[in-house]
Amino acid sequence: MTRTHVETRLNGVERDFLCEPRQSLLEVLRDELGLTGTKEGCNNGNCGACSVILDGRIVNSCCVLAVEIEGQDLQTIEGVAHGDQLHPLQSAFLDEAALQCGICTPGFIMASKALLDREPDADEARIRHWLAGNLCRCTGYDKIVRAVRRAETAMEEMNA
Amino acid sequence: MEAFDYVAPRTLDEVYGHLNNGKRTLFMAGGTDVIVQLREGRRECDLLIDLKRIEQLTSYAFDSEGTLVIGAAAPLARIYEDVDVRRRLPGLVDAASLIGGIQIQSRASLGGNLCNASPAADSSPALIALGATLVIASVSGRREIPVEEFFLGPGRNALEPGELLVEVRIPAQPPRSGTRYLRFIPRNEMDIAVASAGVRVQLAPDSDTLESVRIALGAVGPTVKVVDVTSLAGRTADSATIEEAGRLAAEVATPIDDMRGSIIQRRKLARVLTIRAMEGAIERAKEIR
Repeated sequence: MTRTHVETRLNGVERDFLCEPRQSLLEVLRDELGLTGTKEGCNNGNCGACSVILDGRIVNSCCVLAVEIEGQDLQTIEGVAHGDQLHPLQSAFLDEAALQCGICTPGFIMASKALLDREPDADEARIRHWLAGNLCRCTGYDKIVRAVRRAETAMEEMNA
Repeated sequence: MEAFDYVAPRTLDEVYGHLNNGKRTLFMAGGTDVIVQLREGRRECDLLIDLKRIEQLTSYAFDSEGTLVIGAAAPLARIYEDVDVRRRLPGLVDAASLIGGIQIQSRASLGGNLCNASPAADSSPALIALGATLVIASVSGRREIPVEEFFLGPGRNALEPGELLVEVRIPAQPPRSGTRYLRFIPRNEMDIAVASAGVRVQLAPDSDTLESVRIALGAVGPTVKVVDVTSLAGRTADSATIEEAGRLAAEVATPIDDMRGSIIQRRKLARVLTIRAMEGAIERAKEIR
């Protein structure tokens, strides 16, 4: 099978890669580009563990083919921190202990980032609704929601 | 996943050029169903045709007559976030914002939800209540059919080989009308309807009498069920009439027993959801927009 050349902007940097049309974006991120921060959970669009931000919108990378992202802007968990400085969401997840096994965490952070990028003052109901596409078997969600609220406060203070 | 070729044409003419060459072709809009089906071996293809690079299929706009013309591959989130759509067609927003989670809504389209032809699809009862039509195109021309004529059975739609769904057209809604779509699922979000109901009512100028009612039910038959409610026209929009609509809905329902719900539960849900959706539709019809 011939491989297709794809050019994209990945975490702010121009990047190109070769892939087969049948390869999902998730597969290419992990197996071709070595970006294993994005996790595979269900691989069928139900759990959100593989969430990435594509052209500003949160998507399941298992439900996107890598060939589809030609010319598009992609953000993954690897691009969320600035060097050693964690994003407020990452710090808040640590502070609130909003993770146990950690498999769902990159997806939750990306989904929460997509929300706060658009709605920096989302209330609890909105956060819970927005994160309905991300499943967590460990935390019971309360700690995750608290972490997102804490990150909102931190980001508001940073911008004040 | 089996290997396949991939093309992302820019025009419909380019699409037609990829058909009828002996290859098994498959159209993809958002891909949230198709990619999973390919991975799980539930569909096969030699050539996958991605429709998202065709502007006509991913855009939407109200035309001069107030018809909302939605490209069949336009992502749901873009449609239901639109301020005009939210104001003019809240019944569409009810359904479009329930399909999957936010991740799915970033990609999934009305066209894909319809073509997949699930009896439990959220878009179809709402679109039927709204009186929507579908434009189907092929190299030999276009045809337009009401949404209710698109479904032939679970997973089967009315597209002939060489045809594709290009537009969903929602006409300007009648004056003093309102539409509401409701479904029942055991969770708060992210599930498939156990049963669902889309209802549009149009009130007479006195605001008390029903001029017309449209009711469509999801997940209570092999295809979406349209309820004959012509007997309700001219009746007072009161609880007795709404109760009668619920009775008619339960009568039309021919559900199955499966892991999501039983026949008895689904028939009861058809009644209750119809009643509540009709109450919501009447409330919206009385709002001044």
